[in-house]
Amino acid sequence: MTAPPKAAAGPGTPAESRTPAAPGTPAPLDTPAERYRMLRLIRGFEELALGLVKSGAIPGGIHPYIGQEAVAVGVCSALLPADRLTSTHRGHGHVLARGTAPHRLLAELLGRVGGSNGGRGGSMHAADLSLGILGANGIVGAGAPIAVGAAWAAQRAAAGQEPPARTPVAVAFFGDGALNQGVLLESLNLAAMWRLPVLFVCEDNGYATTLPAATAVAGSATGRAAAFGIPAEEVDGMDTEAVRAAALRAVERARGGGGPGFLVCRTYRYEGHHTMERRMKLRYRTPEEVEAWRERDPLPRAAALLDPAVTAGQDRSVAEQLAAAEEFALASEHPDPAGALDHLYADGLRPRAGVTP
Amino acid sequence: MTRLSYTKALNRALADELAADPAVCVFGEDIGAGLAGPTLGLLDRFGPGRVVDTPLSEQAFTAMAVGAALAGRRPVLEFQIPSLLFLVFEQLANQAHKFSLMTGGQASVPLTCLVPGSGSRDGWAGQHSDHPYSLFAHAGMKTVVPATPTDAYGLLRSAIRDPDPVVVFAPAAALPVRETVTWELAPVPLGRARIHRPGTDVTVVALGHLVHDALAVAEEVAPDISVEVFDPRTVHPFDWDALAASLERTGRLVVIDDSNRSCGFGAEVLATAAEELRLIAPPRRITRPDGAVLPFAPALDRAVQPSREQLRHALHAVMKHP
Repeated sequence: MTAPPKAAAGPGTPAESRTPAAPGTPAPLDTPAERYRMLRLIRGFEELALGLVKSGAIPGGIHPYIGQEAVAVGVCSALLPADRLTSTHRGHGHVLARGTAPHRLLAELLGRVGGSNGGRGGSMHAADLSLGILGANGIVGAGAPIAVGAAWAAQRAAAGQEPPARTPVAVAFFGDGALNQGVLLESLNLAAMWRLPVLFVCEDNGYATTLPAATAVAGSATGRAAAFGIPAEEVDGMDTEAVRAAALRAVERARGGGGPGFLVCRTYRYEGHHTMERRMKLRYRTPEEVEAWRERDPLPRAAALLDPAVTAGQDRSVAEQLAAAEEFALASEHPDPAGALDHLYADGLRPRAGVTP
Repeated sequence: MTRLSYTKALNRALADELAADPAVCVFGEDIGAGLAGPTLGLLDRFGPGRVVDTPLSEQAFTAMAVGAALAGRRPVLEFQIPSLLFLVFEQLANQAHKFSLMTGGQASVPLTCLVPGSGSRDGWAGQHSDHPYSLFAHAGMKTVVPATPTDAYGLLRSAIRDPDPVVVFAPAAALPVRETVTWELAPVPLGRARIHRPGTDVTVVALGHLVHDALAVAEEVAPDISVEVFDPRTVHPFDWDALAASLERTGRLVVIDDSNRSCGFGAEVLATAAEELRLIAPPRRITRPDGAVLPFAPALDRAVQPSREQLRHALHAVMKHP
């Protein structure tokens, strides 16, 4: 755990260290205790963020990850520093589990200078190139082919090395809704044809916004992977250790040149699709269904593997870290409107203003 | 001394960049065989690890290029048909172009799209004859339309080296152009206009193949009208300073533009000239009609493209003022 800096620093990415960024330090997730801590951190972060949406500090709202934490933690625990991932509109869990400091992600959600993207991306575009996080993404399915491209680059970089290199992998997180995006199917084909080191992770939380997966997906997620000759595994997405074990198997195979893998993690979101849903009275699932899934909450399951004194210590440490993150984010400066189009072009080109001078 | 064709110029630019920078790679359909021309021989020379024949999955391979670029490569994508750009507008305008700003400058996406054979190709009909450079400029992507072989060579090299995504349109009607080259080919910076012919009465802004039409008409009317042929070469970013200087000399403006009329590049040039630059006569623009779809029959296809006759007429019209 690193304490946030006191000053509201900028994103701190000098122009010369552009892609590919210097490797950062991924979150430690090697032990059950570390994984429990990350589950708690994501849960606590999202609860804090819900409050900050309600208070108006977070503009635009968020897509809460609460309930799905085991997927992000299990998968990211299988990764190495040189690996990369693409995330989704519901991306806070992936970004935190990979190692972005919560104070930087929270400041990003608040649109502040100290955010991971300097307040330019917000919840749906949080990125941390130093950790191989090639961005959360606002378009369903869009991250999958980007991960395939990163995997292609990694495969080419490793090609011809003696002794044969263990290839870094790229993970594409997506939801059940993305199963119906054509570009995802194109991505599966390219990854399989070229035996690319990609792990496709389908987080099936049962709903594409409000549309039940049962009424939207013909055949099955694993069947789609199988049609491209990609080994697919279905796993309990509420069980961190099960997700981790499956991810390790797929990632090991991919690193050794065995091609892509596909995980379907059956999971559930306890909150609405988006915080905006809290203001509406939508009835697309029953309170009984939500309660039934609460029985399978990944946090108590992970805690059960640990000494209660350990989890209590982790809970305290997470609470302190999040309190500091909140303090940092709220104190971080708002960006200067004069720089609204900073970074539009990587070469510093300034676009014409919208009015005649 | 060499006779350089437009397509060969693109081929040499790709080969020179592939040779100069191991990060450069090429994705596209039928590029191994070199069907469209610019990639001829590149697979043999650089191998399948850098010249990658892709299945017909434009959306996935375009987004793949975004991912490869984020991982440090400089991909070039060849699209044989200009209308395929509509299919990948999400991957280009909504992903590649937005990464730099949305990540707060952490990432850039140095990819280049090459469209050899944009605009009408005579007889290829509605879905193979678009010329959507205005659309990409409107979205804010760097957009290049070279008129000559040496500009095609130099601008493509600069596009590949640029840290941002760039779309390079090589108009079908400019591909037959050949140029005698007696000098070393060199990169041409993006965003700099070229004056092909100096003049004092009227500035004609022309792009791509229409530069050659403008030069032909300028020669014809030379006894009566002194025409300056101004080729921006880059649609975005546009060289406004050079246009301002040209209009200081002429004060009269005609734009000939192979875009649809409404919201097209020609409209932007006229609007900016009207607001900010020196004009002594109402400007004119010659474009495709509003919302045009190019019909198949050759006479119909030609009827909706800007013509030399329309340019002559516009030149005489602006000369009536003041």
